[in-house]
Amino acid sequence: MGVPISVTVNGQHRESEVDSRTLLVQFIREELRLTGTHVGCDTSSCGACTIIMDGKAVKSCTVLAASANGSDITTIEGLAQNGELHPLQEGFKEEHGLQCGFCTPGMIMTAVQLLEDNPQPSEAEIRHGLEGNYCRCTGYHNIVKAIYHASRKYKEVSHG
Amino acid sequence: MIPSEFEYCRAGSVEEALDLLAQKGPDAKILAGGHSLLPAMKLRLNSPGAVIDISGIGELSYIKEEGSHLVIGACTTHGDIAKSTLLSEKIPMIVEAAAEIGDVQVRNKGTIGGSLAHADPAADWPASLLAGEAEIVLASSSGERTVAAVDFFQGLFTTDLGENELITEIRLPIPDAYTKSTYVKFEQPASRFAIVGCAASITRSNGSCDKVRVAFTGVSSTPFRDQAVEQALEGQAPSDDNIEAAAEKAAMSVEVMGDHFASQEYRKHLAKVYARRALQAVLS
Repeated sequence: MGVPISVTVNGQHRESEVDSRTLLVQFIREELRLTGTHVGCDTSSCGACTIIMDGKAVKSCTVLAASANGSDITTIEGLAQNGELHPLQEGFKEEHGLQCGFCTPGMIMTAVQLLEDNPQPSEAEIRHGLEGNYCRCTGYHNIVKAIYHASRKYKEVSHG
Repeated sequence: MIPSEFEYCRAGSVEEALDLLAQKGPDAKILAGGHSLLPAMKLRLNSPGAVIDISGIGELSYIKEEGSHLVIGACTTHGDIAKSTLLSEKIPMIVEAAAEIGDVQVRNKGTIGGSLAHADPAADWPASLLAGEAEIVLASSSGERTVAAVDFFQGLFTTDLGENELITEIRLPIPDAYTKSTYVKFEQPASRFAIVGCAASITRSNGSCDKVRVAFTGVSSTPFRDQAVEQALEGQAPSDDNIEAAAEKAAMSVEVMGDHFASQEYRKHLAKVYARRALQAVLS
């Protein structure tokens, strides 16, 4: 039985009818074809499926698409604006914050909320903030540097 | 992993959720943040015929002072509780427990009511709610009742929650001004569930420990208040020797769990260590 849902994804209004058991990550990947959001562990541990839902980082493998009705969602595809990389994307590029790249979208989406809550985090705060994201290449050092890089960029922008 | 088929029902209010529960019968499950129920459904450990989604019910998400109690709406997320200045000021162990749950994404979505209903033996909430002498408000289409936390938890994934009932609120008595509390935890490094979690709340008067409440989660299949530890310290001065003697009595009255993360013997040892750390933190 289809459940009607209406969501905003990366600024675009989307209406659809989903199967009751469709997971939000499936809806994002398979119906909207936004495949930047990854499925890693599928058990809400690894964080590869992290998206921003109503301003908060959420693991989309553990949310029903039906429950997302009415929500405002941002995925990795929604970060760059007018062809310009988001400061976090730029940070990951500059600091070599990715190896295989599988965990990267989730890392970045988690960091979006991290920097919104705490625009100038310490290294320890960045590490703690990433507790819900695994990098199986174990490339954590450069991921932390990438987020730190982005936080400096945020500072420059806000101090104009 | 995809859950087996079910009928999805969205409830817009508590009243509607209770009507749906009465209508759909024992085969229905309540979905709030989904971070206990959905993993269980994906693994097919639970296959409800109907899922009643209460995540959109704003009226169940709040933290407020109500007379002599602090009350928390059942749909309040762990993340919102972890950030509550009101709770942090009056009952710090509640905020500490919230901040220890899972990770930031899990705390953004998971709710206190959902965690309590699920009653995972390694969940964080039970220890601080038992030590804080919390009450849990359960509603059904035929009315409302309040259960003490100590009577709510009945065993492995088993609570006093009836099939037609919904957890609506958690009520915590505001402790005496001379009360300090904490929650400390030895976590499973991957899942971040508690291998041993210990909450302690102590009210002091005239230099001695007047009222002592110590409770554990993760240690046994049912979370429990440890009266042997409490009684060993009540009426005593908060000295290192007294703390040590009280902590030594931890987990003596329960059957301690053992698994491939921590053997029975190791868990028992950890219970003593974490009891001591909690007591030291509160009495320092």
